[in-house]
Amino acid sequence: MSKHDLLIIGAGLAGLRAAVEGVRQGLNVAVITKVHPVRSHSNAAQGGINAALTDRGDDWRDHAFSTIKGSDYLADQDAVEIMCKEAGDALIELEHMGVIFSRDDEGKLGTRAFGGQKKARTFFVGAITGSAMLHVLYEQSVKYNLSIYEEWFVTKLVKVDGKCVGVIAIDMKTGKVESISAKSIVIATGGAGRVFEPSTNAIICTGDGLSLALRAGAELMDTEMIQYHPTTLAGNGILLSEAARGEGAYLINSENERFMERYAPDYMELASRDVVSRSEQTEIDEGRGINGCVLLDMRHLGKIFIEERLGYLQEVATEFMGIDLSEKPIPIKPGMHYIMGGIKTDYNGATSVPGLYAAGECANVSVHGANRLGANSLLDTVVFGRRSAVNSVEWVKNNEFIEIPDEILISEKKRFQSLFDQPSSGIRPGKLRLEMAESMTKGIGVWRDEKSINNAWEKVKNIRENYNNIFLDDKGKVYNTDLIGALELDFMIDVAESICAGAKARKESRGAHFRTDLKDRDDKNWLKHTLVEKNDEGFMVKTSDVKITDWEPEERVY
Amino acid sequence: MKAVLDVKRFDPENNSKEYFQKYELEVEESSTILDALIKIREDLDGTLALRCSCRASICGSCGMRVNGSAKLVCKTRLVDIAPEGEKVQVEPLGNMPIIKDLVVDMNPFWNKVQQVRPFMMPNNTEPEGEYIASNESMTHLVDVMNCIMCGACVSDCTALEVDESFIGPAALAKAYRFVADPRDDKSKDRLKYLNKNSGVWDCTRCYACVEVCPKGVAPMERIMKMRDLAIEEGFKNTSGYRHTKSFVNSVGKSGRLDEARLALTSVGFFNVFGLIDLAFVGLKALVKGKLPPILPHKARESENIKKIVNKIERGKG
Repeated sequence: MSKHDLLIIGAGLAGLRAAVEGVRQGLNVAVITKVHPVRSHSNAAQGGINAALTDRGDDWRDHAFSTIKGSDYLADQDAVEIMCKEAGDALIELEHMGVIFSRDDEGKLGTRAFGGQKKARTFFVGAITGSAMLHVLYEQSVKYNLSIYEEWFVTKLVKVDGKCVGVIAIDMKTGKVESISAKSIVIATGGAGRVFEPSTNAIICTGDGLSLALRAGAELMDTEMIQYHPTTLAGNGILLSEAARGEGAYLINSENERFMERYAPDYMELASRDVVSRSEQTEIDEGRGINGCVLLDMRHLGKIFIEERLGYLQEVATEFMGIDLSEKPIPIKPGMHYIMGGIKTDYNGATSVPGLYAAGECANVSVHGANRLGANSLLDTVVFGRRSAVNSVEWVKNNEFIEIPDEILISEKKRFQSLFDQPSSGIRPGKLRLEMAESMTKGIGVWRDEKSINNAWEKVKNIRENYNNIFLDDKGKVYNTDLIGALELDFMIDVAESICAGAKARKESRGAHFRTDLKDRDDKNWLKHTLVEKNDEGFMVKTSDVKITDWEPEERVY
Repeated sequence: MKAVLDVKRFDPENNSKEYFQKYELEVEESSTILDALIKIREDLDGTLALRCSCRASICGSCGMRVNGSAKLVCKTRLVDIAPEGEKVQVEPLGNMPIIKDLVVDMNPFWNKVQQVRPFMMPNNTEPEGEYIASNESMTHLVDVMNCIMCGACVSDCTALEVDESFIGPAALAKAYRFVADPRDDKSKDRLKYLNKNSGVWDCTRCYACVEVCPKGVAPMERIMKMRDLAIEEGFKNTSGYRHTKSFVNSVGKSGRLDEARLALTSVGFFNVFGLIDLAFVGLKALVKGKLPPILPHKARESENIKKIVNKIERGKG
């Protein structure tokens, strides 16, 4: 059995940043990931990373306030303070590692504007910031000769005596099922977009880590907070970065109006994402849309500017829609993009399960609260990825390896075998996933109410029953994506139910959670986190207080 | 619309032979090849193995050969290549061993990338803040950082096809990203390494990598740039450099390419083993009637050609 001080599940930005830190701290580190590191979905972050650099007259407190206001006061303010204070160092470190950030005329790092903030403090690499950062962190993993279990799929977290002590995983290339022992584990598995359809997320974003944590007894927090990004392509849901609006693009309706004037006269197109998405949906619902979309207009920016600063957007528009952004506005609509909710951690990445940490999109520290600001997610990954590894050092020192009992490995193998043994008269996992995801989008959308949430939850419960009837075409061992798909669906059903449970529990509207039956924010009763746990009775919801430091909740106007 | 995909299959567990399987299905007008493959996997045949993730040409997972040339299938629309529902052939990437169906073993690919020491090596005096660098130098690098490591260039590289040890277009483009980075302190060491066998001089300039790259990285152009930089750094003891030099000399002198002399000078007159090797090649060429003339003829307007060559050389200086 392999053994590691620190095992990190996921090789996106949070996972790799944690891994690099673990190595620097002298730990025996390994990363286990179902795709090669550079295939991770951190790639898809386009617009940039926020940081308030003091040497150019910016103030972390201003960044913190924008973040807290953006979160609709649901973020824990102590965590936000840490993120915003550490942002500058994190950014400069990335630059030193080799990220080729855009420069200003003096050769210093240049910025662009982003939503929900008045000050331009978003540092960027064209419209491929996430990709440029991910590849650099991969470079660092080569430099540090990091151990990587590449294309291994984790199926279970193993707990012994209440502590997290390792994982069971499948080596996808051979089909071998093995146990890996670890003193500490960081879950950094990213988002869960595939629980919805359409979504901007990659096919790999199946929320594995959320379900793994839930099954290990950890709590998920504020799961109902699903970000609908204002500018996604109709149909396939592909993202067009907020950088477009940051650089000056307009949103217009069928009457050629910049409709944001009605909803956010001060910030216009650069209001918070939840606000812009609701505004667009209102326009569309009230008949001022065009085939279920509104338009993103960049014509006035000019071809050269677009290609230099937003090249990837032009590529996506041309390749997928046949539209040259400098000539024609592009139809867009709100689309599922990000989960603010996730595995509850403290600001050092620790979950409620000893030895288990989480960082990145799968975690909820919480710095994004009810709505994440654009360009805060990349920051979140590197700041809290690093902190989770630092924090694990003490735990690693004080704990011994614990053998993973054979029974657990055997029972996992039996679980997979039972999937292979299913009669082929049933349903394919892909079809079941699609059914679930479409009903989630319908029930937990930009708008939601008691009835729509109940309907979605009923449907998911129904899917869970139907899961017993799935069958696999592929009975082989080598690279069996049929099996992996079925196991991912099993995880996604947990995630979907957690989202429904959180949404049903929160009896108010806040940030991305907008209930048409309860339209107001209710600070008296709901300045609270929802906490979902899974036990024998199902998905249970508790609440906990939000940490307020300096910023008392105010009315949120943009 | 109708889609007909002829997909190369290979299952190492059940049948050691590769074969093609035809799938016919209905897809949306806007569908990409990836959409069709996913539909096959989800609705028709769960045994089909492929890699895919982002669907938006940024993760680099879904490189495959389509009708014989490497593409990212997520950005290849069926309507563009098979508007009438023509049969589309889908195969795994070339120059890499197949694991199963459309999934190839990319370890050789990553080993090459690691071979070029793909990480920043700045000097010891890191600034407190960011490095100061011009926006132009960074923007120039963005074009190379666009590389998503999909393997399309490596799949279709004609040099790799005959020489597995060639570092190859993707890894060399990656190397260029550091060679050209003003913040990196080891450009000269990097060029020295890349100047060796299997390095920049092994590219045959066939242009395949530039043509198939789905992200406009143009690996071959980066390789050519590194040849120039290596020469500028004074690394001239290579057959590649001698080849270039002899090429220019010959054309400048006679207006024609003296192939026999070119071969000799490239190998180097003091390289005994190389010359013996060359003698065998020469003999074979002689037997097949393909030996170039030993005494070259002058081109008709060799004086004018000489002027052009001189002008170019002066322009460089």
